[in-house]
Amino acid sequence: MTPPTDDSLLIIVPAYNEEAAVGGVVRDIQAAMPGTPVLVIDDCSVDATHSVARAAGARVLALPHHLGLGGCVQAGYKLAFELGYRYVIRVDGDGQHDAGDIPKIFEALRTTGCEMVIGSRYVDGDDPPTSFVRGLGIHFFRMVLRPILGKPVRDPTSGFVGVSQAALQVFSKSFPLEYPEIEALVVLQRRRFRFVEVPCRMHPRTTGRSSITAFRSIYYIVHVLLGVFVNVLKFDQRRKP
Amino acid sequence: MDRLLNVMTIFSGVLLLFVLISVRRAHIRVEYSVSWLLAAAALLILSRSRGMLEAAAHRLGLSYPPLALLLVIGCVFLLMFYRFSVIISKLRDDNIALAQRLAILEYHLQNLRGGRPNA
Repeated sequence: MTPPTDDSLLIIVPAYNEEAAVGGVVRDIQAAMPGTPVLVIDDCSVDATHSVARAAGARVLALPHHLGLGGCVQAGYKLAFELGYRYVIRVDGDGQHDAGDIPKIFEALRTTGCEMVIGSRYVDGDDPPTSFVRGLGIHFFRMVLRPILGKPVRDPTSGFVGVSQAALQVFSKSFPLEYPEIEALVVLQRRRFRFVEVPCRMHPRTTGRSSITAFRSIYYIVHVLLGVFVNVLKFDQRRKP
Repeated sequence: MDRLLNVMTIFSGVLLLFVLISVRRAHIRVEYSVSWLLAAAALLILSRSRGMLEAAAHRLGLSYPPLALLLVIGCVFLLMFYRFSVIISKLRDDNIALAQRLAILEYHLQNLRGGRPNA
């Protein structure tokens, strides 16, 4: 086993039934970050995601049954923490995140000392087109999170995130299971961890469908809102400054 | 009123029987059958004890005693649903942790067997 170095980085790609996109995602990451290990976490796909990812040159962590996004990402965080990686960047397996932005996130992780770096679609102030309900949800959560986090967050639903070893340690023990992005921010804030947003591009989905439909957006808002307040109320887990 | 109480007696008797058969066939673990058996026994006693039911209705300010029985049923089952929600949540957490651990161990095992170099 090769011991990770001080600046060791692992890129994780959670994927569920993404055979059409995951190979391209892995190759794009390898082109943007040559020599950086890529770990695809296969959330028990029923298609050829596992073999396509392997053929593209990724390591594959195969879950024995479908856990959902949070359980899938947390499995990757646990493995990365066990292997001693200093940094982990998550790139979604559907090809919407631009691998060319990974170096920016990695650089921000190393230089800012923040425990989390969010690849943000909105940090420059321009809101790219999205569905009405989703846009409304993002605006709503910006307002809800502003007083909780103590600073504005432009893209709280972004899954394009990098985390440090300190955040890995926290997430390998406690990570939201459904729709984890927003709750994860609150989990980190409870421990006085810091985050920063860097501008990133987002490609339209070319294959498959988003799991968050218009109807599920309502469920998403209620679920995440409840999760946020439950995490806010977990006083015992706050870290002293 | 008598007809409703008789129906409740039959219902609670059938519930008791179902739970006991399920425990015997190991479809329900003994520790999870206790709540059901207690609930069914409470229903059986209340539906057969008119005096107890009327006293309960009087204390609750209900003019129609069978309503007290329905209220008790509702409360008992709500408490049981809550208890089972707690149990299911814990089982789900344990299940996820086990699935993740299994996947990670398989990953390490493949590396030990001479798969690709470690990530």
